[in-house]
Amino acid sequence: MRTDAVKYDRMRRQASPPSPIVKDCLCAFFAGGSICLVGEILRTAFLSAGLAVKDAALLTSVCLIALSALTTALGWYQKLAAHAGAGTLVPITGFANSIVSPAVEFRSEGLVPGVGAKMFIIAGPVIVYGTIASVVWGILYFLSKRYMGG
Amino acid sequence: MRKGDTILFQTPPSILSYAAVGGKKEAEGPLAPHFDQLFLDSRCGEESWEKAECTITRRCLTLALQKANLSASALDGVFAGDLQFQCTASAYAMRAFDAPYLGLYGACSTMAEGVGLAACLVACGHMKYAAAMTSSHFCAAERQFRTPLDYGGKRTPTAQWTVTGAGAAVLCAGCCAPYVRAVTFGRVRDLEVTDINNMGAAMAPAACETLLRYFADTAQRPDAFDAVYTGDLGQIGSTLLHQLLQREGIVLPRHRDCGLRIYDCNTQNVQAGGSGAGCSASVLCCEVLPALREGRMKRVLFLSTGALMSQTTFLQGESIPGIAHLIELSSESDLPQKEGL
Amino acid sequence: MQYFNAFWVGGAICVIGQLLIDLTKLTPARILVCFVVSGVVLSALGLFAPLAEFAGAGASVPLLGFGNLLAEGVKQAVDEQGLIGVLSGGLSAACGGITAALTCGFLASLLVKSRDQN
Repeated sequence: MRTDAVKYDRMRRQASPPSPIVKDCLCAFFAGGSICLVGEILRTAFLSAGLAVKDAALLTSVCLIALSALTTALGWYQKLAAHAGAGTLVPITGFANSIVSPAVEFRSEGLVPGVGAKMFIIAGPVIVYGTIASVVWGILYFLSKRYMGG
Repeated sequence: MRKGDTILFQTPPSILSYAAVGGKKEAEGPLAPHFDQLFLDSRCGEESWEKAECTITRRCLTLALQKANLSASALDGVFAGDLQFQCTASAYAMRAFDAPYLGLYGACSTMAEGVGLAACLVACGHMKYAAAMTSSHFCAAERQFRTPLDYGGKRTPTAQWTVTGAGAAVLCAGCCAPYVRAVTFGRVRDLEVTDINNMGAAMAPAACETLLRYFADTAQRPDAFDAVYTGDLGQIGSTLLHQLLQREGIVLPRHRDCGLRIYDCNTQNVQAGGSGAGCSASVLCCEVLPALREGRMKRVLFLSTGALMSQTTFLQGESIPGIAHLIELSSESDLPQKEGL
Repeated sequence: MQYFNAFWVGGAICVIGQLLIDLTKLTPARILVCFVVSGVVLSALGLFAPLAEFAGAGASVPLLGFGNLLAEGVKQAVDEQGLIGVLSGGLSAACGGITAALTCGFLASLLVKSRDQN
């Protein structure tokens, strides 16, 4: 064959249709915005019910997580995400979906090696690197407080 | 008789019977009326997706045997494969058939590989009846290779949709159309495609290589065939195959890709087309073989194309090696009379 | 007005995620990791608080907010307990969401089976 990898790479790029960025971004914007709007409505409701700011934030997250789990279990979240892209990935609902969907999927491999272990296939790295980043920040903060007077 | 990489059969074996089984999305596709059976329930009443694929496979071979009026014990060998780890769909399906089993892994290229091997062993008399069969299941493949089914994600336009389906063919010594006249087993080709969502592009070079070798070995021209089928190159892979061949000075008229036959890409939301071991197998058994038997087509080249990476090699950043095996099918057994010779 | 701000800021953060998906080779899991780490960094730099003030849930519902929780938790724990707070602060601030998600996942796995995407 006369075509080499470099040449083929160029041919492949030309032949492969790009993702429709504008459409994707609009979908992501409206889906993501709507989820945040629901969050804000819940948060305001909890605040006006007399909850502390922190508790209201936690309850908002919990409600969205429960909503995401419910729609994931009904198979709707995946259908929405097929259009919404990052709009359903980036909010906390996406995080919940990434835990609930493998839990449901790998139930057939048992409660411990299936559900228990596979829940973290996507969410695990998020928790790991979030925690590592917070540890780094905690050490820096501690040092800055001690040696630079905070 | 062997010429280059191509094995030409002096007495071509026949494909005695064949069956194709599909799932729900295949039932909504343009080839739906030609399937022998369609499972509208993706689980086929089973507990797991893996068992569902096993059921589809089992059903497919049963139907092919019924059509040939054979019992499983008449088979001297079953060449089968699928996409599950360690080819379990085929192996577990073979628990129900009392016949020697030869598990193959050629990813989506397995059907042509299986038919080719079966044809070789039947042609030289080592087997009286042999079967080739492959399957794939969207859900089983998705949870193994990609993400859980309920995980929310958007597919890129270059991605392909794994066919839920199976195809099985029973071969015997030459007795009726269609005949397997030649086989070209492919060589691994890798032009350093790393995008796991663009398998068609990864496999097109292998398809090109195998076609070039077949044409060179047999001195045949592409326009001598009623159709040249490729397994699952999809839209992008097909475009690239044409471009690659053009650079070698070959134009491929009447090219059809099984991945584009089985679904309607415009309406079925399958992105660049169908894929999977069951894709080429089911299209072979529900479209190509019937057309040859009924004489609607006379000569066909059929390639199954496979991408030979694993989840591990992908994560390790390796590129995707491609493979393509070719079988020449014909409605007549005698070797072609070359004009002017 | 706060609803409107939550909507468009939240939407805009998701658009950043979409651009990362379409224009780079980053997989969704990597993008989520980026967002959480960015949340920690933004919070550490003191940029998250004004954003949250402005957009409310528009800032806290995207995974940036999860990073912010971790960073704020660590900071508070270090203030109260010193160096040991580095280990205890982060996850304990974020434990509510994680526990809720794990519980929901477990329950869902008992109640439903995975579905075909077709």
